[in-house]
Amino acid sequence: MPTANRELAIDAQGVARRFGARWVLRGISFQLQPGETVGLLGANGSGKTTLLRILGTMLRPSAGAASLCGHDVARDADAARRALGFLAHSPGLYDDLTARENLKFAAMMLGLDTGHTLDAALERVGLGAVRHERVRGFSAGMQRRLALARLLLRRARVLLLDEPYANLDAAGITLMNEVIADAGRAGGAALIVLHELAPAAGVLDRTITIVNGKAATGAAAAAPVAVEGALT
Amino acid sequence: MAFRDELRRVRAIAWKDLTTERRSKAGFNSVAALGITMLILFGFALGPDPEALRHAAAGAIWLSALFAGVLAFNRSYQVELESGALDQLLLYPGPRWSIYLGKLLANLLFVGLILVIVILVGIALFQVRIPAAWPQLLGVFVLGAVGLVVLGTFYAAMASRSRAREVLLPLLLFPMLVPLLLAAISASRALLGGDVMHEAGAWVKLLAAYDLIFLVATLWAFEYVIEA
Repeated sequence: MPTANRELAIDAQGVARRFGARWVLRGISFQLQPGETVGLLGANGSGKTTLLRILGTMLRPSAGAASLCGHDVARDADAARRALGFLAHSPGLYDDLTARENLKFAAMMLGLDTGHTLDAALERVGLGAVRHERVRGFSAGMQRRLALARLLLRRARVLLLDEPYANLDAAGITLMNEVIADAGRAGGAALIVLHELAPAAGVLDRTITIVNGKAATGAAAAAPVAVEGALT
Repeated sequence: MAFRDELRRVRAIAWKDLTTERRSKAGFNSVAALGITMLILFGFALGPDPEALRHAAAGAIWLSALFAGVLAFNRSYQVELESGALDQLLLYPGPRWSIYLGKLLANLLFVGLILVIVILVGIALFQVRIPAAWPQLLGVFVLGAVGLVVLGTFYAAMASRSRAREVLLPLLLFPMLVPLLLAAISASRALLGGDVMHEAGAWVKLLAAYDLIFLVATLWAFEYVIEA
């Protein structure tokens, strides 16, 4: 069992996962340094979201180990969650609560003081004017912005973002990139699942590509290249 | 300090569940309607004899509450499954028992209100005479409701991960509730009949023990059933 390195924001060592008889991930290893922003690429069904869910403590790896800021995501999941900010593909909001109530709930669950932080986060994502409206009436893009506001409630050391640009307009993409860049400047690392590089081109330091769930590869953002990695 | 944080999380979950339920309204109305419909159907099945109705009242009320409760428990997690909220809920740090306790409190209030409606309608439909020992009867209803909600909330969490959750929940829950229903119906029937055999006390003790054992067990086990 590899020793977790507290210096690393993300340390994945031979992470593998299978569903039934099908191996989706077969031994993926990579590291993210604090402050680093990395795009995670791959074809549909290549295991990008599965990898993100493992790192996000929502799935256990079938083999291998991963840690966030030195905390093993399987054995020390609670500590890993304290370092984590996760933006899933689904917004995870409550339709019958207002935008502000959704944030208030998140703040209470995170043990944060509710108050001006909520309004500041809503203003930042451009939802200040609709803070008292129920989420049920929000468009997909507005729900995405609200999920982003929830991410802003605390400064996470590791951001895991699953297709964060989906449903966002140009202003929303710019806002998302500002948040990612701010996190990077503050020493936070970000791993971003992407279908296309273009929206994130300005914020990525490098990319990792999953090829048929068998290998993780790292390359400079400008020239992502798939290279065979260690297989289990 | 950490315990205070957990109580805050419990309060947050209960507040969120009750607020969404209050706003949607459809949930409460449909669950209450099911409870009342069950009572009416039991009434038809038993016939017009007032004595037979009175004798069966306790059983009819508890079974109606049970069926209505199953709908309520399923709804409690349905809200979480919409828009991937359950995953988000599990991403918050902290022990899982606070999620369970928050949902349990919200369900207790929700099912408690349904039970009040079912009892009032049951009293009217089954021509029940209010007994002198009504405070004890109230205690039986409280203990029964707690047991029902403790197990209902727990098994609804277990079933929530399954696509067949609407079918799975009653299959898991009903066998486990047999001792509770037996004790609650027997105690209620005894108290409604004046408790001439002094049997209600033993059933109440069984109810209290059931509640305590399953509350502790489910608080401990919730973490294992809610994780994927």
